This record gives sequence, structure tokens and C-alpha cells, in this order.
Amino acid sequence: MNFLSIVLRNALRHRLRTGLTVLGLVIATVAFGLLQTVIHAWYAGADVASSTRVVTRNAISLAFFLPVSYRNKIRAVEGVRGVTYSVWFGAIYKDRKNFFPQFAVDVPTFLQLYPEISLPEDQRAAFLRDRRGAIIGTQLAETYGFKVGDVIPLQGTIFPGNWEFVVRGIFQYRGANVTADLSNMYFHWDYLNESLKKTVPRRADQVGVFISEVGRPDAVGAVAAAIDQEFRNSLAETLTESEKAFQLGFVSMSEQIILVIRIVSFVVIFIIMAVMANTMAMAARERMAEYATLKAMGFGPGFLGGLIAGESLAIAFIGGGLGIALTWPTALAFGDLVSRLFPIFRIPADTWLWQLGCAVVVGIAAAIVPSLRAGSVNIVDGLRRIG
Amino acid sequence: MAKGGDNVVEIRNLSKSYRRGAQVVPVLHDINFDIASGEFLALMGPSGSGKSTLLNLIAGIDKPDRGTLRVAGEDITRMGEAELADWRAANVGFIFQFYNLMPVLSAFENVELPLLLTGLSRAERRQRVELALGLVGLSDRMEHYPSELSGGQQQRVAIARAVITDPTILVADEPTGDLDRQSASDVLGLMDRLNRELGTTIIMVTHDPHSAERAHVIRHLDKGELTAS
Repeated sequence: MNFLSIVLRNALRHRLRTGLTVLGLVIATVAFGLLQTVIHAWYAGADVASSTRVVTRNAISLAFFLPVSYRNKIRAVEGVRGVTYSVWFGAIYKDRKNFFPQFAVDVPTFLQLYPEISLPEDQRAAFLRDRRGAIIGTQLAETYGFKVGDVIPLQGTIFPGNWEFVVRGIFQYRGANVTADLSNMYFHWDYLNESLKKTVPRRADQVGVFISEVGRPDAVGAVAAAIDQEFRNSLAETLTESEKAFQLGFVSMSEQIILVIRIVSFVVIFIIMAVMANTMAMAARERMAEYATLKAMGFGPGFLGGLIAGESLAIAFIGGGLGIALTWPTALAFGDLVSRLFPIFRIPADTWLWQLGCAVVVGIAAAIVPSLRAGSVNIVDGLRRIG
Repeated sequence: MAKGGDNVVEIRNLSKSYRRGAQVVPVLHDINFDIASGEFLALMGPSGSGKSTLLNLIAGIDKPDRGTLRVAGEDITRMGEAELADWRAANVGFIFQFYNLMPVLSAFENVELPLLLTGLSRAERRQRVELALGLVGLSDRMEHYPSELSGGQQQRVAIARAVITDPTILVADEPTGDLDRQSASDVLGLMDRLNRELGTTIIMVTHDPHSAERAHVIRHLDKGELTAS
């Protein structure tokens, strides 16, 4: 017989109560892990942003465009090594629920500024050649079963009309960047612009954002300021920031939601802590006579406290461990359900550490009061509880 | 342990009262007597006479308000909690009315429990436990759990647990209170044997005259005071 065997046997004394507590711990641990993954998914775009690219947009709002003619002036700013531009297309594929991002880009410069986009050479060449061509990420291809050569019909919303694009390439990201978004579609800005010149001329020759390659992370701030200075007091003043800051700007719009999710993830842990504390309090109350007997025999408060703390931690580890193990398959299934909202849905590497830490905290916190009570039990009063 | 004939317990002017809210309830008043080594003493008295309280004080699980209490030459009324716990582990064996066995431990493990406070090796503990369980006639029930034993068997396991550390005194509070007549007789016979063959000093609280007959000395308590034996 050893201390650990007594602890484990005590933990399994009331199997139904322990089983239900473990179940609660599993659910809480999985929920915590999922919620942390949701928060991580929200920031995923910012995580893959380059440290040497800056994004220039209209200073008033992202909803306002910039003249395409700004490109040459931006290119001329000291420190800028390359410029491309992009327009958010926002069209619908068959049904509103089939959402995926679409961007009209200046393809040659875009492919130069985003070397992490990996395309077979023949597909790259085909994409460059075909003005109606588009490239799509592997995740988008998988979701809708698109193949090279397929025609993707889109209904414009921001740019009304029926649009057709031919898939010329399916891209991945270089460098094993497993958190990158592969649900995007990129096509030729020229194709969009030519159509606009015929249908809505006043909207032609405009872009949503310019993206510039700076070359050195420490030069980003100075180059951003220089670009904005170039267009100060013009009709369309600019706001230039690092690509990461730009991506985080989208996240900040949902900051309150993210905060609520973060709070809820910890509230879940507090709730299970209360459940565990109740379980341990009940167990300790039922065994007060046993603790009094052990004390009478000469066992000290530390031994009694250790029995309770050990039992609490054992239950917490069992529940937490099962929860950690179930988080991965649950996140996989959940990720499939929310793939359109969160294209990148991967459990952050440190989530299991957080889950384990929470299990330990729950186990210890739940045992504090019962341990102190057992350790300080009056032997005579405790023995009276028998019979 | 005091040799046969010497007093193993010396009680002088012992008093104890309990507080129930604002009210002070006197339980023992000016108790004076000795218990010789190897004696089998029965403490009798009506309910509320203070006999269990006196037993608790002698066993070191309660403290008097006044007086001194020497057991095996040590004044236990001057000891702190931790010192008293160590003293009990070495000197006192407990036999409770409702056995007080740990339900998650087997008979063997329950008897082994007090030995965890000693420095004995696993093998030494095993040897002692087997001896003790043999002494109480339960060698074939070592791996049984309390729920698998009868009341009498459980009490015999409790007795084995009480004697395993070779204590100075054995305190028993109504040891047959939860047993049928036959089991009670068996348990008392066992206690009698321990006293006769091993010289174990036994202090037993009982309200049953049949149980008290087994003792050498009977002392009566009434309203917290010793009456004529």
C-alpha cells in the first residue's frame, strides 16, 4: 500500500460522482481549447503577415478607393523596392453562404511581392497569360472541388454583374506555413478595370490598397510615413501601416467579441472549478470521521490534506487529460463546420499547456478548503459522526 | 512501557467542561485515580456521566481544563498538537464502537496503516501485519474489504490495527456496542487474551455489565465524578 494507491482508491469511491465530475472537466477542457483556437483563428491572418510589407489605403476608410496612378509615386519613395495593388471583389458563388475572399490584383507585381505563394511554373505562366484567369488556394479547391481549367461563375455585389473566371492555378504557401489562409482567389485587376471602363467608368482606374515591399523591418515605420507624406493634402490622402497592423485592424473591429470569447473561455474553467470544489467538499464531509480516526492514530494535518489534494488532482488530471486528448478531433470537426468563417482553424501549440495548467489550478483550488477543514478537524467531534 | 505493577496512567485533579454557545457544561470534576500496567479497566456509568470524555483525555485526543494526566511517565497535558499526535502513534491503540476501518483498504492494509508512521520496511510491516491478523484469527481474510466482513470480523481487524504498534495502552469505547451477543463475546474474549498473554493495559468504556465482567477493575462515573468502585 502506498499514498498514491489510497488517493486513487478514494477518487474512485463514488464512481458516479467522480465520473460526472470527470465528464464536466472533459467538456470544460475541450470548450476552453476550442475557444482559445477560435481566438487564434481570428488573429491568424495577422500571424502570417510579412514584416517587410506595408499596406497603403485611403485615410478616410478602407471602403474608399485610391487612384491607380499613385503606384508610380509610391514606387519612387525611398526604401520602397516594389509595389502592387489589390481590390476586394466580394462576389457570391452561387449562394450567399458560399463565402470566400476574392481579390483583383496586378498579377505580375503581386506574384513578385508574395514569393510565399507557391505555384507550378506552367500554372504561373498560364495565369499570367490569361486575363480571365484566376488562382485559388488548395483549401478553396478542396471545398468546392475546383480543378485547373474549371470556370468559376461569380455574381458581383460591389461590382455588379455576372463574372466568369478560369482556374489557371492552385497555390500553396511556401515554407510550411500551416496557418496561412488557402481559401483565397486572386485574379487580374486589368480584367475588372476593363469591364468597369465600359460599364461604370467613374469607378475605373481605382484600387483598394497598395502593397509595398520595404526590404527591412526596421525601415517600415519611416517608409510608411514617407508614403503618407507624399499624398498629404491630396484628394485621397493615404494611411500606410505594416501588413500586420493592417490585418490586426480587421481583428480590432471584433475586439469586443474576442474579449467576450476570452472571458467565456475562463468562465468555463471557473464553473468547473466550482463543480470540483463541490465534489471535494462533499467527499471530505462524508469522510470527516475517517480523518478524525487517522488523526487519532497519529497522522498529521499534512497527510490528511495530502489525501484530499491528491484525490482532487487525480480527478483533475484524468478529466483534463481526456479533455486535451479530445480537443484535437473536436477542433477538426468544428473547423470543418466553420471553415468559411475561419479558413485557418488550428489549435495553437501552447493550448494544451494552458489546458493542463487549468486542470492543475482547478485540482488545487478545489482541494484548499476541504484540506484545511480535514486537517483541523477536532478528533472528538469528528468521531461522533460515526454510526 | 511501564513494567507490571507500576502505574501506567496517573490522573490528578482532572476536570473538563464543554462550551455550548454561551453555556458551560461541566463533564468531569476533580478526577483522581491510577491505572496499573497490565490492568484491564472498565469505566461504567449512565449516559452523560463523562466516561467517554475521560477515555478521550487518557487517549490524548482531548485536553482537560485542569489537572494532570501522566501516561507511561509523560505528562500529556503539557504536549502540543504535533507532539501529542506522535505520542498517540507510539503509545495508544484505539478500538471504536463502529470499528472505524477505512472502507477503501483491505483488512491487511487497515492493520498496516499505523505502521506507515514508523520507519519499518515493507517486509517488516508485512510480517507484523500477518502476525497481528493471525492473533485475531483472520489470516484467511487479509485481502477482504470491510464491506466483505461481518461486524465481529471488522472489530477483530480493528483490534489487530490497535495492537500492531505494541502500544502502551489500548483504549476501547463501547467495543461491543454494535455487535450481536456471540460476536461481542468473541471480541471480549480476544481482548481478555491480549491482556493476559501480552500484558496489554486496556481501558474500556462500556455500559454493558456483561462486558464489564471481563475487566479486572471496574470504576463507576456519575455526573462527572468517580463513585465507589
